Amino acid sequence: MENNLNLQLIAYKTIVRKEVLRFSRIWKQTLIPPVITNILYFIIFGNLIGERIGEIEKFSYTDFIFPGLLLMSVITHSYTNTVSSLYISKYHRYIEELLVSPIQNYTILAGFITGGVIRGLSVGIVVILAAQFFVNFTVYNILLMLTVITLSSTLFSMCGFLNGLFANDWDDINVIPTFIMTPLTYLGGIFFSISMLPGIWQDLALINPILYLINALRYSMLGITDVSVTFSFLIIISFNIIVASFCLYFLNIGKGLRT
Amino acid sequence: MNSSALTIKNLTKTYSNGFKALHGINLEIPHGDFFALLGPNGAGKSTTIGIITSLIKKTSGDIKIYDIDIDKNFVKAKTFIGLVPQEINFNTFEPIKEIIINQAGYYGVRREPAIIEAERLLKKLGLWEKKDQFSRKLSGGMQRRLMVARALVHRPKLLILDEPTAGADVEVRRLMWEYLKQLNNDGTTIILTTHYLEEAENLCKNIAIIDDGKILENSSMKIFLNKLKNEKFILYTENEIPEDLNLNCHSLHIIDNNTLEVSIDVNSNINSLIEELSKKDIKVKSLKNKTGRLEELFMRLLDKNGK
Repeated sequence: MENNLNLQLIAYKTIVRKEVLRFSRIWKQTLIPPVITNILYFIIFGNLIGERIGEIEKFSYTDFIFPGLLLMSVITHSYTNTVSSLYISKYHRYIEELLVSPIQNYTILAGFITGGVIRGLSVGIVVILAAQFFVNFTVYNILLMLTVITLSSTLFSMCGFLNGLFANDWDDINVIPTFIMTPLTYLGGIFFSISMLPGIWQDLALINPILYLINALRYSMLGITDVSVTFSFLIIISFNIIVASFCLYFLNIGKGLRT
Repeated sequence: MNSSALTIKNLTKTYSNGFKALHGINLEIPHGDFFALLGPNGAGKSTTIGIITSLIKKTSGDIKIYDIDIDKNFVKAKTFIGLVPQEINFNTFEPIKEIIINQAGYYGVRREPAIIEAERLLKKLGLWEKKDQFSRKLSGGMQRRLMVARALVHRPKLLILDEPTAGADVEVRRLMWEYLKQLNNDGTTIILTTHYLEEAENLCKNIAIIDDGKILENSSMKIFLNKLKNEKFILYTENEIPEDLNLNCHSLHIIDNNTLEVSIDVNSNINSLIEELSKKDIKVKSLKNKTGRLEELFMRLLDKNGK
């Protein structure tokens, strides 16, 4: 039992190391693009358009949209990291290195997810550093902020992993980010408060789970939110548990990995 | 201590499209064996190996590796196995040394001892100078050797090689043979699938021939080869062969003025035939087997099976 735990721990560290080295080697593709994208957001939405919009709940428009932009960068890159890493390893068949070894499925999942979270957090750090030149960076509750970012990153790393298991070709790894994630993120209140939405659109916005992530992070940074922070946490934790269960279930039946 | 390295009982596999790849095969491979698993394409060799290494899910049956049931304790059972797959399957954008060290990590070997073992194996297989290169820059033969090094880094007791020398040149193949022989002599049990029957004949102690998902033959190589009643030789002579040549052999065919094909009983001695030729003033310069003995038997067995 102890030997198995030791083996799984060493295997976990090996996967994490490999995952981190993978995205670090190509840092120009993985860490620089979110900085440039966010700087463009700050300039266009923050300074040019934002000045005409004015303040939202006593915060400048740039400050208001920054938590959402930060979260969008973190979750997008966490997702991309696991889905591309898993799919490429399937495509080139080096996933078999893991499959033939005595690694338990939970270790494989934990290794890939940790890699995705580290990529998401690394992107978060570089985006925060870039934001210093455009945003009045404030933190209302640092512990809450770190928890929300980490849990959101974990959730989307697992979603990417699930997508990677099901993906059979290169198109399959772009369908969910393009047609589901991006619209939900943009409609999740990055650029607006749901109180600005008319009638039924406010109720419809509440169905979007990403709204709760953005509002939880906005609360941790600015102290303002459209929805209950406790409820947001419940949503984040519930989704983490549900998606983790799906990942383990599909790993155990060998979906997309074992014939 | 352990008499059996691998035990397979009633193993079946039916793929989701309904294709039945294995029809209840049984195999027992003793510890220390050098075992050939042969068969034509699509016979079920790779499916069997895939199930042993858990890349393919079995439909039914039992597999034990060193007496550990793979369904009951797969972690322990898999620590015994090293696999050299048929196709290149490493990350071609990863440095060679990292590939080996990471593989050790997947088997619970700490990084420090893994680095030492990686160095030993890469030196042994002539890849040390390339250790920091990306594996995509290696030649085909070097990539094959890299897969062998990767499979051995956790010191498995059972090494499974699925056509390890496919596409490798003669030099690489010979080097690989020598290394495998040495590994086997040092106590590693080896299972080999190959299309080069000469390779199996030279290396293996025991053999199983599989076709259509069934084991057609499972015996020692020596016993199997003794089933061959006649053996064909090509003889090259120094002087011209007369057209009316008559010899005491099973059959005789003059290919050209200096080349002769003879078929003799496996229990008879080729020397007596050479002496007979010598008495007729025909000197034999050299000779060779027309086809490998194993190849001859292999083809006969498949013919019987309707191939």
